[in-house]
Amino acid sequence: MLCTSRFRLLLVVIAALVLAGCGKAAPPGGHLGTITVAGSTSVQPLSEVLSQRFMELNPGVRINVQGGGSTAGVKAARERAADIGQSSRELKPEEKGLHETVIARDAIAIIVHPSNPVRELTSAQVQAIFAGRLASWKDVGGPDRAIVLVNREAGSGTLGVFVELVMGKDQLSDRAIVQNSTGAVRTTVSTTRDAVGYVSLAGLTPEVKAVAIDGVSPTIDNVLAGKYVVSRPFIYLTPQAPEGLVKAYIDFVLSAEGQAMVRKEGLVPVR
Amino acid sequence: MNRQPLGTMGRPVVSRPAERVAELLLLLSAIASAAGIIFITAFVAGSGIPFLARTGIWAFITGSTWRPDHGVFGIFPMIAGSAAVTACALALGTPLGLATAVYLAEFAPRRLAAPVRQSVQLLAGIPSVVYGFYGLTVLVPLVSRVSSGPGFSVLAGGMVLAVMVLPTLVSLGEDAIASVPPEYREGSLALGATRWQTMMGVLVPTAKPGLVAAVVLAMGRAVGETMAVIMVTGNVARLPSSLLSPVYTLTGNIALEMGYAAGDHQQALFATGMVLFAFIMGLNFLARASSRGRKKR
Repeated sequence: MLCTSRFRLLLVVIAALVLAGCGKAAPPGGHLGTITVAGSTSVQPLSEVLSQRFMELNPGVRINVQGGGSTAGVKAARERAADIGQSSRELKPEEKGLHETVIARDAIAIIVHPSNPVRELTSAQVQAIFAGRLASWKDVGGPDRAIVLVNREAGSGTLGVFVELVMGKDQLSDRAIVQNSTGAVRTTVSTTRDAVGYVSLAGLTPEVKAVAIDGVSPTIDNVLAGKYVVSRPFIYLTPQAPEGLVKAYIDFVLSAEGQAMVRKEGLVPVR
Repeated sequence: MNRQPLGTMGRPVVSRPAERVAELLLLLSAIASAAGIIFITAFVAGSGIPFLARTGIWAFITGSTWRPDHGVFGIFPMIAGSAAVTACALALGTPLGLATAVYLAEFAPRRLAAPVRQSVQLLAGIPSVVYGFYGLTVLVPLVSRVSSGPGFSVLAGGMVLAVMVLPTLVSLGEDAIASVPPEYREGSLALGATRWQTMMGVLVPTAKPGLVAAVVLAMGRAVGETMAVIMVTGNVARLPSSLLSPVYTLTGNIALEMGYAAGDHQQALFATGMVLFAFIMGLNFLARASSRGRKKR
C-alpha cells in the first residue's frame, strides 16, 4: 500500500514538474499528493481540523486521518503503514527511535456531574478515589453517596497518562466502569449523578463539570503557565525527520495559523 | 426445454456452453462462501491454540482474574457476564417476542398484522451502535434512578438485547406457527375448541421445536452482540452479584482490548474468540437439532 502511495506521489511530483515546465501555474499552495495520519483518538479530532484546512489551502493534497490509539500510532509510524503516527503520550523507552514533533499540549481534566457540589480535589484525593480507598462523596465534602468511577480501557493513551501522572505506583480500582472513548466517558459522567471520570481538555463540554486540582482549574492558560500539571504532549511521529509533503503539512501545523487552530480546539499551543 | 425462455425464432436464448460457465461461476461462489468459515476458524485457532496449550484451557476458562498487564488471563467473569446478560435478555425478550409471533400468526387482523410485522423487522435494520447509544443515554440513567446504583448493569444490557432479538424471535416464531398443517387447526376448531384452546392445545405444542429453535437463535444473537453491550454494561471484569452489577462480556473483552493487545495478551483475546465461537456453534447445533426434530414427527 505504501509502495503504491509512494509511486503515486512520485508520479504526481513528476506531473507537477512537467506542468510547471510548460509554464502552467501550479495549484495554489503548490503541494500535491496523499498523506495518511493514524493513531491516538485524542489527537484525531485536532488532526482532522488541521488537515481539512491544509487541504483547503492545497487542493492537490489528500490527507486521510485515522484512529486506532497511541500504541497503534507508534506501530503505524514504525511499520510505515502511515506517513504520520499520532501519539497522545510520551513514548515508552522501547518505542523510541522515531522522529517526534510535539504539535500541541493537552491536559487531563477530572470531570463530575454538573449537579455535584464538589468543586475542588487535591491530587492525593483523586488518587485515593481512583484507587477505591475513598468510596463516598462525603469523604471529599460532597453528599453521602457512593462514588461511581469511570475509567478508560487498558492501552488507552489517556489512561496511560492518568496512571503515570496521578496514580503513580497506586493500583486503579477494579470496580471502575470502563468506557472506550472520550465521548463515552463524557456521556457516562453527564448522565450519572455520582460519576467521576477523566477526559482530554478538548473533550470538555458544559454537559460535565471539571474540578480544580490542588486549587488549579484545567484551562489553557494554567497549562501554559505550568500550574496545571496533569498535562501531556500530542506528538506526530515520523520514521525520520519529515521531508517533502509531510514536512510541509507539519510546518503548517506549527505555523501561527495552525497553532491558532490548536487553541480554538481547546488545546494548548506549543509555539 | 419448454421452461427455458425462448427467443424470437423459438430457440432457447441461452446456449449450453454459456450455461456451463454460469454453473461453474455459481459453484465458485459457493466454495468461496464456505471457505470463509474455514479461513476464519484456522486463523482464530492458529493464534489461540498455542496460548491455550501454554496456560491450560481449564485455568483459562475457570480463572477469575483478568489482569493482562500482570500476565494473568482468566475469563470466567466474562463467561458469567455473557451468560447473565443473555439470560436477562431472553427472560425479557422471549415472552414478548413469542406472544407477538402468536398474535401475528393467528389473531391479528390483516390490516394490523402487516404494519406490526414490518415495524418489528425494521428493528433488525437499526445499527447496533444506535441501540447502544440509546441504552447509554436513556436506559442506563433510568436503571440508575430506579436502583440508585451506577446503572451500568446486566439489566441495562439485557433490556437493550431484548429489543435487538425481537426480530429473530417474531419472524422465526411466526413461521413456526404458520407452518403447522392447516388440518390440525381445522380439526381442532371442528371439534368445538375455541381459537385460544386451539392455539395453546394444538398449534403451540406442534410448533414447539420451531419455537425452541427461534429462542436458541435469538440466544446466539445476544451472545454475539458487541457494540451495544459495551456501551451499557460498564465492562468491569468481576463476577456479577446481582442484576444491577456491571459486567464484562466475552465480545466486549475482545472489542475493547484488541486495538492495544500484543503478544500473550493478543493470543488470549484470540482464545477468548475461540470460546465465543464454541458457544455460538453449540447454540446453532442445538437450534438445528431442534428444528430437525420437528421434521421427523
